[in-house]
Amino acid sequence: MKKIMLGNEAAARGLWEAGCMFASSYPGTPSTEITENLAKFDEVCCEWAPNEKVAVEAAFGASLAGVRSFAAMKHVGLNVAADPLFTISYTGVNAGMIIAVADDPAMHSSQNEQDSRHYAIAAKLPMVEPADSGECLGFMKAAYELSEKFDTPVLFRTCTRIAHSQSIVETGERAEKPRVEYKKNAAKYIMMPAYSTKRHPVVEQRTQALRDWAESCPLNRVEMGGTKLGIIASGAAYQYAKEVLGAEASYLKLGLVNPLPEKLIRDFASRVERLIVVEELDPIIETHCRAMGLAVEGKSLFPTCGEFSQNLVAEALGREVPSGTELPLEIPARPPVLCSGCPHRGLFHVLHQNRCTVIGDIGCYTLGAVEPLSSIDSTICMGASVSGLHGFNKALGEAGEKHTVAVIGDSTFMHSGITGLVDIAYNQSNSTVIILDNSITGMTGHQQNPTTGYNIKGDPAGKVDLEALCRAVGINRVRVVDPYNIKECSAALREELAAPEPSVIISRRPCVLLKYVKTNPPLRVNAEKCIGCRACMRIGCPSLSFRDGKAKVDESMCVGCGVCTQLCASKAFEGGAAE
Amino acid sequence: MKSMNIMIVGVGGQGSLLASKVLGRILMNAGYDVKVSEVHGMSQRGGSVVTFVRCGDSVASPVIDRGQADYIVSFELLEAARWLPWLRKGGKVVSNSQQIDPMPVITGAKDYPSDLAEQMAAAGVDADIFDAFSVAESAGSSKAVNIALMGHLSKYFPFSDDDWQRALSECVPPKFLELNKRAFALGREA
Repeated sequence: MKKIMLGNEAAARGLWEAGCMFASSYPGTPSTEITENLAKFDEVCCEWAPNEKVAVEAAFGASLAGVRSFAAMKHVGLNVAADPLFTISYTGVNAGMIIAVADDPAMHSSQNEQDSRHYAIAAKLPMVEPADSGECLGFMKAAYELSEKFDTPVLFRTCTRIAHSQSIVETGERAEKPRVEYKKNAAKYIMMPAYSTKRHPVVEQRTQALRDWAESCPLNRVEMGGTKLGIIASGAAYQYAKEVLGAEASYLKLGLVNPLPEKLIRDFASRVERLIVVEELDPIIETHCRAMGLAVEGKSLFPTCGEFSQNLVAEALGREVPSGTELPLEIPARPPVLCSGCPHRGLFHVLHQNRCTVIGDIGCYTLGAVEPLSSIDSTICMGASVSGLHGFNKALGEAGEKHTVAVIGDSTFMHSGITGLVDIAYNQSNSTVIILDNSITGMTGHQQNPTTGYNIKGDPAGKVDLEALCRAVGINRVRVVDPYNIKECSAALREELAAPEPSVIISRRPCVLLKYVKTNPPLRVNAEKCIGCRACMRIGCPSLSFRDGKAKVDESMCVGCGVCTQLCASKAFEGGAAE
Repeated sequence: MKSMNIMIVGVGGQGSLLASKVLGRILMNAGYDVKVSEVHGMSQRGGSVVTFVRCGDSVASPVIDRGQADYIVSFELLEAARWLPWLRKGGKVVSNSQQIDPMPVITGAKDYPSDLAEQMAAAGVDADIFDAFSVAESAGSSKAVNIALMGHLSKYFPFSDDDWQRALSECVPPKFLELNKRAFALGREA
């Protein structure tokens, strides 16, 4: 049946059709919708794991038990899962196993733009890369065959423009896979030196076998057109090149991006006059071609930073590109902001007011960094706020402890903040950690997590008690505040910063976008009372604007959270909860 | 119509995903190859968002580049102006007249340009600006502004009302179908 599908939805369909039985992932843009869509199929046991390392290990366990398994994550998630990754390369699999990793060139929603292909090379694993939704579906099926044929986990790489683009796919039916019997095999599955020294040569032999297979595998294809120009490309970069050059050039379109097919590349190079590798991010294919002694161009024409487009490719090849209309005026930027009624806003206002140094983390609340709240000092990776705060305070002593905090979301805390808190409790830094508990994984679009009490299907599940957890690791001072209450937050912050021992403040209120959250009627400004002091403008609420010397509320957006009301000395706000 | 590049631009959270879904659907139903490219995640939170919809015999790139859009459909006036460099010469803007202040305007650092419609006209841009917000409200909900815009855009496309009704039925959840059909019809008349 013909359908128009998001790359991620098509990938999920491919997994289902291939008989996948178990999936464990951690949400991360642009990979999240693969697992969300897979969860709609009852045949597949689908889960959100606390982090990517757990997800890959759980998927490996399912493969060991004999069912086709899967784990998905964004590019930086694979850093977290790298530990099992390198060693399950040695053990191989029992039933097929796929790990999807979604890169984010241009960092639409990421903290870096690392190129995941390095992992395939470093961990000696095959990696496939689809170039549209149809291939997302087909490559998942092919990847399971590959995994089982060569006894290896397979990496499935996408990028934002493939994962989040819809194109037409032909769907099929599910083929159930009988469970492969699990047999104890110490030499294959126990990776201690006596056995792993025997497995490493197996990995090298497998890589050689994969190299041979790559030469004729159906995932790579040559499209001969004009022979003045030969393009080697994969994924989105292939589509941009094809858009610009059409049948004028010839293409070696790679679907298997590790290992690379040397004979095929050499043969293709001999059939074209000029050989160009078009690849986003790092020059991996290009470097490989150079090492083979081929005359090839790549990064001398194309950038290493950011994502490509048809105009970028055209310009790099010296072609004319069209231009549009530019108005002779400045268009103010429209950066993303914390939503109207976002519970994080009040807390960040308090941190700003108290001139705190704030070690931040990954989530919606990273937006606390932008003006006018401007209340974050550092953001690195998942969990880095808590451990970073510990090091900061150990280095500065009291000078740090009295005004420095970590902020971390509920899901991020479960992901990798808890180990940092154990460090604080164990090595005793006098640190204050603020858990921004909005009862959901917000940034990636509302996924459940171990603190919400629901699983990926929305069914009741186990629930981690944050307060009990913090106390259990050795934090004596644990308290809960409501981030809509500025006074309460401010008092708690001052007390905990002054306290002579580590503490955790849980700033708890569900994300305002959650369906079950009941909001208040909108506020309005009494223009006679408003003195135009702009105190309310300091919180960066998108419902508030300043017109003709007075504050104004956009009633279609305001949810009456009342944070602005608490900043107004002239009591100019009316309506909201009072109505 | 051999091929078509349509950009749907607006402010995160305005419902551009449903609009692009309906558009992608009607183009696929008409037998075209179709690609629709969206951005999720961080860019959504009230920021400037863009969705690309492309159709033709065979579509390679999922994105539309500068100077290539046949249509820019905008949920908000400033966003229409922001993406004008993507409009091809002779292309058309279909925009909601609503204005939503971005954060630099809210904080007082920048001004919202006051005469965008006039500026576009002066620059020779073919722009059809209408009050999609009011159309949606009179259909029953301001949330239907996305489909009101699609209704207005449909005036320029060679598809029958039946084709659009079918695409709507295939994309909109049954609960909201009647509302959206009203918004579509009113947008088409506006």
